[in-house]
Amino acid sequence: MIPVDFDYYKPESIEEAARLHEQLDRQKMLPLYYSGGTEIITLLRLDLIQTKAVIDIKAIHECREHILGEDYLVLGSSLTLTQIEERNAFPLLTSVSKEIADHTARNKITLGGNICGEIFYREAVLPLLLTDSLFVIGGPQGVKILPAHEAFQQTMQLGRGEFLIQTLTRKDFLGMPYMSVKIRQQWETGYPLVTIAALKAKGEIRAAFSGLCSFPFRSKRMEDELNRKDGTLDVRMDRALRHIPAPVLNDIEGSAEYRLFVLKNTLTDILTVWEVEQNA
Amino acid sequence: MPETNKKVLILSVNDEDKDIVFRPADTLLGVLRGKLGLTGAKPGCLNGDCGACTVLVDGIPMKSCIMLAIEAEGHKVTTIEGLINTKTQASFIKHFAFQCGYCTPGFIMVCHSLAEKQPHADKAVIKEWMQSNICRCTSYQEIEEAVASILAEE
Amino acid sequence: MNIIGKSVIRKEAPDKVTGKARYTDDFSSAGIYHARLVTSPFAHALIKSIDTREAEKVSGVRAILTGEGLPLTGEEITDRPPLAQGKVRHHGEAVCLVVAEKLDKAALAASLIKVDYEPLSAVNSPSQAYQAGAPLVHEHVEHYKRGQNVYPEPGTNIAHKTKIRKGDLSRGIGESAVFVEGRYSFGPSDHAAIETRSCTAEIRADGDVLITSSSQAPFMIKKLIGSYFDIEAGKIIVKTPLVGGAYGGKASVQWEFLAFIASRAVGGKRVKLRYMREEDILTAPCHIGLDATIRLGCTSEGILKSAEILYLFDGGAYADKSPDLCRAGAVDCTGPYHIEHIWCDSYCLYTNHPYPAPFRGFAHSEVLFAFERTMDLLAKKLGMDPLELRFKNAILPGHTTPTQVLVNKSNVGDVRGCIQRLKDIMEEEWEPNAGHDPRKVRAAGIACVWKNSTIDTNASSGVILTFNPDGSVNLMSGVVEIGTGTKTILAQMLAEKLRLPVEMIHVKMTVDTQTTPEHWKTVASRGTLMGGRAVMAAAEDAIRQIKEIASCALRVREEDLDIDSGRVFVKAEPEIGLSFKEVVYGYTYPNGNAIGGQIIGRGSYILRNMTNIDKETGAGRPGPEWAVGAQAVQVEFDTRDCTYRILKAISVVDIGRVLNERAARGQVMGAMSMGLSFAGRETFYFDEMGRVLNFQLRTYRPIRYGEQPKYVVEFVNTPHVEAPFGARGAGEHGLLGMPAALANALSIAAGVEMIHLPLIPELIWRTLQEGKR
Repeated sequence: MIPVDFDYYKPESIEEAARLHEQLDRQKMLPLYYSGGTEIITLLRLDLIQTKAVIDIKAIHECREHILGEDYLVLGSSLTLTQIEERNAFPLLTSVSKEIADHTARNKITLGGNICGEIFYREAVLPLLLTDSLFVIGGPQGVKILPAHEAFQQTMQLGRGEFLIQTLTRKDFLGMPYMSVKIRQQWETGYPLVTIAALKAKGEIRAAFSGLCSFPFRSKRMEDELNRKDGTLDVRMDRALRHIPAPVLNDIEGSAEYRLFVLKNTLTDILTVWEVEQNA
Repeated sequence: MPETNKKVLILSVNDEDKDIVFRPADTLLGVLRGKLGLTGAKPGCLNGDCGACTVLVDGIPMKSCIMLAIEAEGHKVTTIEGLINTKTQASFIKHFAFQCGYCTPGFIMVCHSLAEKQPHADKAVIKEWMQSNICRCTSYQEIEEAVASILAEE
Repeated sequence: MNIIGKSVIRKEAPDKVTGKARYTDDFSSAGIYHARLVTSPFAHALIKSIDTREAEKVSGVRAILTGEGLPLTGEEITDRPPLAQGKVRHHGEAVCLVVAEKLDKAALAASLIKVDYEPLSAVNSPSQAYQAGAPLVHEHVEHYKRGQNVYPEPGTNIAHKTKIRKGDLSRGIGESAVFVEGRYSFGPSDHAAIETRSCTAEIRADGDVLITSSSQAPFMIKKLIGSYFDIEAGKIIVKTPLVGGAYGGKASVQWEFLAFIASRAVGGKRVKLRYMREEDILTAPCHIGLDATIRLGCTSEGILKSAEILYLFDGGAYADKSPDLCRAGAVDCTGPYHIEHIWCDSYCLYTNHPYPAPFRGFAHSEVLFAFERTMDLLAKKLGMDPLELRFKNAILPGHTTPTQVLVNKSNVGDVRGCIQRLKDIMEEEWEPNAGHDPRKVRAAGIACVWKNSTIDTNASSGVILTFNPDGSVNLMSGVVEIGTGTKTILAQMLAEKLRLPVEMIHVKMTVDTQTTPEHWKTVASRGTLMGGRAVMAAAEDAIRQIKEIASCALRVREEDLDIDSGRVFVKAEPEIGLSFKEVVYGYTYPNGNAIGGQIIGRGSYILRNMTNIDKETGAGRPGPEWAVGAQAVQVEFDTRDCTYRILKAISVVDIGRVLNERAARGQVMGAMSMGLSFAGRETFYFDEMGRVLNFQLRTYRPIRYGEQPKYVVEFVNTPHVEAPFGARGAGEHGLLGMPAALANALSIAAGVEMIHLPLIPELIWRTLQEGKR
C-alpha cells in the first residue's frame, strides 16, 4: 500500500525515456526510473523516498536484450535475475544471483534494479566488476559506454536522467574458473555478512566483495597482494586485508571483527581450492 | 489531493478480464484484495519478505505486494481462487502441510508453479523455490512431504 | 466408534487451500473507514508537541486522535494509555491515530503528523532496570489500578515479584556437596505470526459495539472494552474469524482498543485497523526476554538438594501480561525434578522495550533454557551422563512441585518414561560420524521439560450443540481456531461420544461472543481439556434428551436405551429404535401429535480447586496438570567457522491419550521449529537508545524451508484422569526444551558454555574468543 500518488510511464525507446525524464524533472515530478520496482515500492510505502512519476523501462527493447553474441554477452538491465539464472550464459553471475533475496523475489528483481538500488549489497555487480564488463548507459546526452569500474564506484555513477540500459561482458570471461560464496549471520537466508565472488583470469585471481563495507567493490590492490608469489596464503591474505577500501561494516548482521574472521576463512577456502588445483 | 489519479485498467485474473479503476500506485495485491475481492493472497509484510501474497503471473510466482497492478496488464494473473482441485491442494491437505492456513495460498502457488514448470525438480531446486515463503506454524517437514509427493508423481 | 486418535483432516482444510478461508482483514464492506497509526521512533521520550495541521488538510481524513483523555489499560496493572500520553516508553508505541475514508489517505495523513520529542535515556535491559538509580520507566506505579495478586514496588522499576520458598534453602545447601552456578540472558523477540494483528470496530445506533479481531481472546476483549470504556458487557459483541497464527501474541488486547476509539471518533462508523508488519513487530506486544541466575546444589551422587534462582523478566514498557509470565516462570522455576529446597525470586521489570504478550510456552522455554543449561553444568561437574542426572532427579508421584503441589500419577506426566524413550531414540537416530571433514564435530544436547498452565482460577469454557433435521449436529465452542485444529479435535470427541461419524459434526469455526458460549482464552493448551470437558457435558445433555423423547415414543424406560450410528434403540432389541432424524426435532406421532422440539445440548466446565499462590511462599495450586517431555537436538558444528547445522531434533512428550495423531505431531513439530528458530536466530537488536533495529521480516528472520532438521516425535501416554479421554495439552511442549537442548549441544560441540540466545555463529565465536583471553 503506497500512500502517495504517482504517474506511471512506460516508454518504448531509450530516447523517449530520457526525454520523459527530462520533462518530468523540469516539472519537479522527481521522476524515478523503474525496472523491477521492488525496492521502489517498499521505500515508497514507508515514505522513505519521494516521487510523483515513475518511468518503467521494461518496454525498452534494449533493456530486455539477452544475447550471447560473437564477442559479448549482452544483458539488458530489465532482465530479471531468474531469467539470467535460467539462461545461465554467465555462470558466475548465476551463482551470485541465486543467493540474492529469494527465488520468487528474483522473478521480479532485475539486474539493473539490483545494481542501481539503495540497499547497499548490490551483489549482482560483483561478477560484472570482475569481468571488466561494459555498462551501456542512456540519458539526455544519448547513449554512452563505460567500463564497469568507471560506471560503478561504490554506487552506479549516473548523471541526472541517466539509466543503465545493458551490460556487455566479453565472452572469454564467461568460461573462466570462478567461485562465489555468501556467508550469512545464520543458516541459509538473510543479508550477507560477506559475499565473495572470485574469478581466475589467466592464472590471476580476481575478487570482489559485498557486505564487507557499505558498498560492493573490487580492489586491484587486494588482488595484487593475493596474487603475489611470495609468502604463505595467510601472509598474502593479511597483506590483502590491509587494503580493504573502507571501514568494515559493524551492524546487526555482524560486527566488523567477526566479518573479517568470516572473510578470511572464506577467502582461504577459495584460494586453497585453486592452489591445490594448480599444484595438482 | 483530487482523485484525478484514478485510471482504468483491464486485468486478466483467473481467466476473466476485469475492468478496474485504480491508482498507478496500487499494488497488485491491493487491487486483488480491495477491488476484486480476491482475498486468498494475503498481506503479511508488504515488503516482499514473507511470500503470503504470492500469485502467478504468466505461470510464474510473484509477490503481489511488490508489483504494481499496472505491471500485470497484458499478463495472465492466477490467484489461489483460480486453482481448482489441483494435486498441490490435495497434497497439502493430505500431508497436514498447514495449520493456521494464512501462508498456505502463497506456498501452494509456488508449489503449483514448480510442479508445472519443473516436474522433475531436485531437492535443491525445491528448496530454492520454497524458501521464498515463511510458514510459522508447521515445521516445514510436512510441506516438504507434500511437495515431494506431487513432484514424485510425475 | 473409533474416532479418537485418528488423523482426521481438519474441518476447515478445504477452505484453507482454496483461498476461501477468511481472516479478519478479508472482510470488507463498502464505505468502511481505515485507521493508521503514528508510532514513536524513540524508546523513551517526552512528547513536547503534536502538530496535526498538515494531516488535517488531506482529503477524506475524518479524525485524528491523540492520547489525551483516554483511559489507562492493562490486564495486570492499568498502566498503559492506548495512545501515548505525554511520554513514550518504547519504540513503536502508538502516539496518534488517523481515521480516513481511504487507507492511502489515512497513511498519507499519518506521515504528515509532526511529533516533537525530547529523548530520555532508556532502560535497556531488566538487569539495568533492577539496579538502584536506574531511570524510572513509570514514575508513579502506585497510582495505577492493579490486580489483587500483583505487587509493584513504587520508586523502582519492579512491576511485580513472585517468591517461591519451598523447604529450607540453607538446609539444602548444607546437604549438597557439589555446586554450580550459571548466569544467562536473552532479549525480547517476536511471535511473527504471518497474519498481522487487525481489527474492525463499529458502534451501532443502539450503542452496541461490534468488534471483529484477529484474537485469541474475544471474551477478554468484550470484558476489557466494557470495563475501560464503561460500557455494559452485553452491549459488546466480538467476533473472531479464523486467526492466521497467534502463538500467544494475540492473547493480549491492544489493537481492539484503537479500532474502538477510532470508530467512536467518527460517529460509530465501521473502521478497520490492520497493523503493518513494522507495527506488528514494534507496537504490538512481543516475546519476553530474561536475565537469569541459577545456583544448584546436589549430593556427590547427583541428587538435587538446593536450587537458588533469580529471574529478571523483561517486562517492557507496560505490564499487561508480564507479571503473569513472571509468576508462571516462578511456579515452574525448575525443570521437572524433585528438589526439596527451592528459593526463587522472579521479578517482572519495566524497561523501555516493547512489552511482552504470552508466547507459546508462557515463560517456560525461557526459564528452562536457564535451568536445563545449569543441569548440564552440574552433569559435567559430576562427570555424569546428562540423561542419567535428569533420570535420577525426575519428579515422581509423592514428590511436591515448587509451589508444593503433591504429585500423583495423573497431575504430572511420566518424566522417567520420556527420558527412557528419548535415550532409545537417540541411540537409534544417532549418527556420530561427521564424515571425513576433521573440522566438523557432532554433538547432542538434551533437555527435560514440563509445563502447567497458570490461567485464571475461575476460567471456564462452554459448548452448545444444536441438531439439524438430518440428524447431524452443530458444535459451538468459544475456542478460537488459531491453527491448532482444536475445533476438529472437539468434533472428534463429540463424534466419539455421540457415536456418530465425524462428518455428521458441523463445527462453527468463527466465534461470536453473543451466540457462542465463552471459552476464557484460546491459550495455554487448554482447549482440549476445558473445551473438551464442555463438549462431553453437552453431549451427555443431548443424549439424555434424545433418550427422553425416544422413551416416550418407544414406550420404554430411558435406561433401556442406547445410541449408535445416528439411532437411538432398545439395548436388548436393537431393531426397535428411531433414527436421530425422527427425534432431534421432536417426535411426531402418526396422528400428528408431537413431543420434544429441537434438541439443544449444553455443557460447561470450570477448573476445580485452583488457588492463587501465596505471596510469601508461592504455595498454591495454580493449574490443573503438568505435561512433561524430554527432548534432544543433534548438531554438526564447524570448529573453524563456528557455524552449525541442526541435524535432528527429537521430542518425547507425555500428552496422555493422543486425540489426533497427525495433528498432535504437527503441533509438536511446529512448536519445535519455532523453538529452534527462537534459539537459533531470533531476537530484537537494540541500539543504546533502546530502539529496535530489526523490525521487518528481512532483518527479523524466522526459520525458512530447508533450514530445518529432521524431526522425530514420539508420545508417552500417561492419562490425565480429569481430561476427556485422558488427553494432555500438546500445543506448546515441543517448543519448551529446544533452546536449552540446542545450547547444550553447542556447548558440548564448541567446548564452551553458551549462555545467551540466539545461538548465532558469531556468538559462539565471540564466546570462544573470550575464553581464550
